[in-house]
Amino acid sequence: MSKTITIDGKVIPFEDGQTIMDAAMAAGVYIPHLCHQPEFTPHGSCKLCTVKVNGRNCSACTYPAMDGQEVLNETQELIDDRKRITQMLFVEGNHLCPGCEKTGNCQLQAVAYHLNMLDNHFPAFYPEREVDASHPEVMIDHNRCIFCTLCVRASHEKDGKDVFAISGRGIHKHLIVNAESGLLKDTDMAATDHAAHICPTGAILIKRTGYQVPIGERIYDHKEIDQVSLATEHLKHGE
Amino acid sequence: MYEHLETAENRDSLKRVVVDPVSRVEGHGKVTLLLDADNKVQQARLHIVEFRGFERFIQGRPYWELPVLVQRLCGICPVSHHLAAAKAIDQLVGIDPENLPVSADKLRRLLHFGQVLQSHALHFFHLSSPDLLFGFESDISKRSIVAVLSEYPEIGVQGVKLRKYGQEVIRMVSGKRIHGTGAIAGGMNKSLTKAERDYLLEDIDQMITWAEGSVALIKKVHCSNLPYYDDFATIRTNYLGLTKPDGALELYHGGIRAKNEHGETIMDHIDYCKYNDYIHEEVRSWTYMKFPYLLSLGQEQGWYRVGPLARVNNCDYIDTPLAEAARVEFKAHSGEAMVHSTLAFHWTRLIEVLHCAESIKQLLNDPDIMGSDLVAQGEKRYEGVGVIEAPRGTLFHHYQVDENDIVTKANLIVSTTSNNMAMNESVRQVAAEYLSGRELTEPLLNNLEVAIRAYDPCLSCATHAVGKMPLQLELVDAEGNLIDKLVKHSDGQIERNNA
Repeated sequence: MSKTITIDGKVIPFEDGQTIMDAAMAAGVYIPHLCHQPEFTPHGSCKLCTVKVNGRNCSACTYPAMDGQEVLNETQELIDDRKRITQMLFVEGNHLCPGCEKTGNCQLQAVAYHLNMLDNHFPAFYPEREVDASHPEVMIDHNRCIFCTLCVRASHEKDGKDVFAISGRGIHKHLIVNAESGLLKDTDMAATDHAAHICPTGAILIKRTGYQVPIGERIYDHKEIDQVSLATEHLKHGE
Repeated sequence: MYEHLETAENRDSLKRVVVDPVSRVEGHGKVTLLLDADNKVQQARLHIVEFRGFERFIQGRPYWELPVLVQRLCGICPVSHHLAAAKAIDQLVGIDPENLPVSADKLRRLLHFGQVLQSHALHFFHLSSPDLLFGFESDISKRSIVAVLSEYPEIGVQGVKLRKYGQEVIRMVSGKRIHGTGAIAGGMNKSLTKAERDYLLEDIDQMITWAEGSVALIKKVHCSNLPYYDDFATIRTNYLGLTKPDGALELYHGGIRAKNEHGETIMDHIDYCKYNDYIHEEVRSWTYMKFPYLLSLGQEQGWYRVGPLARVNNCDYIDTPLAEAARVEFKAHSGEAMVHSTLAFHWTRLIEVLHCAESIKQLLNDPDIMGSDLVAQGEKRYEGVGVIEAPRGTLFHHYQVDENDIVTKANLIVSTTSNNMAMNESVRQVAAEYLSGRELTEPLLNNLEVAIRAYDPCLSCATHAVGKMPLQLELVDAEGNLIDKLVKHSDGQIERNNA
């Protein structure tokens, strides 16, 4: 008999080695997340996928599924916590959706809509952050980085390059690149790298391509992030 | 003229009257009057009291963001900023207007005609028709579109629907009624599908009919009180705008033409990329809006008017038949080479509405708007200038970028800025000729606003939210009690909660 967990009362089978996120996605249950992508080692940093497992808060993307676990996902308390976390992500950076070229394709924006985020709630930090446009093909807009490390992991695990790393602690945390000058142009980054296309926000962009996809054809124009995530990522969880 | 009323002597001894805010204009401004003991106006100024700073904060951003960023200057005519910026960044990717793909050029023109149509309709019907239909000094309860809808329902509804049609043209081309995308460096990001084209074709004949009706209406209003309409707020000025190479009215792309008050040419077919050789701006301490002037004539004589009155005055003809007939009739009414009546802005605005409706029909019947060749690219350049005839007049966008595609310098001369001196002069004319020496009452002060409104100034912007963004609307009474609450969830579901 296969092993199972329950998520909000629904019985879900899993295989040894799967996390709660893996099991949920494979069964078509959406747990909000930003730093998780099934192709990469889970990181557990954005905390949006926080669920309650047998009464304790855990990150679903890193916590192993175990037989008989009772997992709570869509409770009002967890939804409220996730909304607060998302609001904090917004105010800690400079996320100005109306002019951003990632709007409509941005996971941060889409998850905020999904969580019914109506305002920032917290006062905005308006941090002073730079744009690194030194590379001929790829641009980093540090204003929009949420430190999910997907670019770090993609560069290391897929591209075999280690172009990116996170430096500093707490509020001083920032994305750095592997060059003495600190500029992307002096790294071995290429526009074809997986890391150039993985950013869930508008922090790492291919230059001169903004706004080419018309309104109405962008990823989240007609679908919410849960639909998109389950349709595109759940296959990868089965791999 | 009335420049002697810009700054009074012995200001401390004068009585101050303030109209704040000026209503039914876009953005925030105020008028101040200084009166002596006999209520004679000694000083009159229009102040623009808001500060935007777009030219500064787009520095450091990549150039391809510009059409989307700068259109946020405005919620009424964002398409003008979008297209002026797009024309400038076309040059940054090495594309001059003549090299833009034909489909992209026509789609941009369609977008622009939709924009001018909706903006003019909004201004005439929603903002100005109450003054024109009920009288400048009518009771305050009559001075709104609500009163127009109740007493002249047919005119009011036509105005609302004309504007809506223009907005629909914008939505079909750029994805949203306000702040869409559409224009990108070197072209457009989509063409029209057949379904979109057919949808717009359905109502275009009705729009042309209503636009004709609106021209007839303003002609009747204007001519029924001709001496007054020809004199109120009227100033004799220079006029500037773009025209086609053959002198026809042009809204999207052309050379700069300026004429003086007698209709004599000051300059013609000037390449707008060299605007800086011909136009400078002066700063005055009491307003955030600059004062542009023609360099060849100097600060005192070189100021000019832009917008529908300037364009219809300046052009040799209009290339759509109904609008051309209306132009001929308009020019004939004054008997002068140039029409200087400030209230004639309304008449010319509606002639342009008719021109836009006719032009939209022509473009909708042109298969190029459904074409697939949408983007061109050439050699990178470091400087771009985009100029367009926005609803309110000639709009200049000028950008410089560095080798990394980042904006290093920006200069915008917004249409309303060009009319700054003229609006101040019109305010002074009304203050001197219609208010001076009278006991000032609220309806009387509306005369000042009527003068400003004729220019359809756009002093600021509005914003907008669409798509899957959740929204919450609360109605609170004077005591702060929640009366009603409407919530739109991200899935589009709307919930009402009567408190």
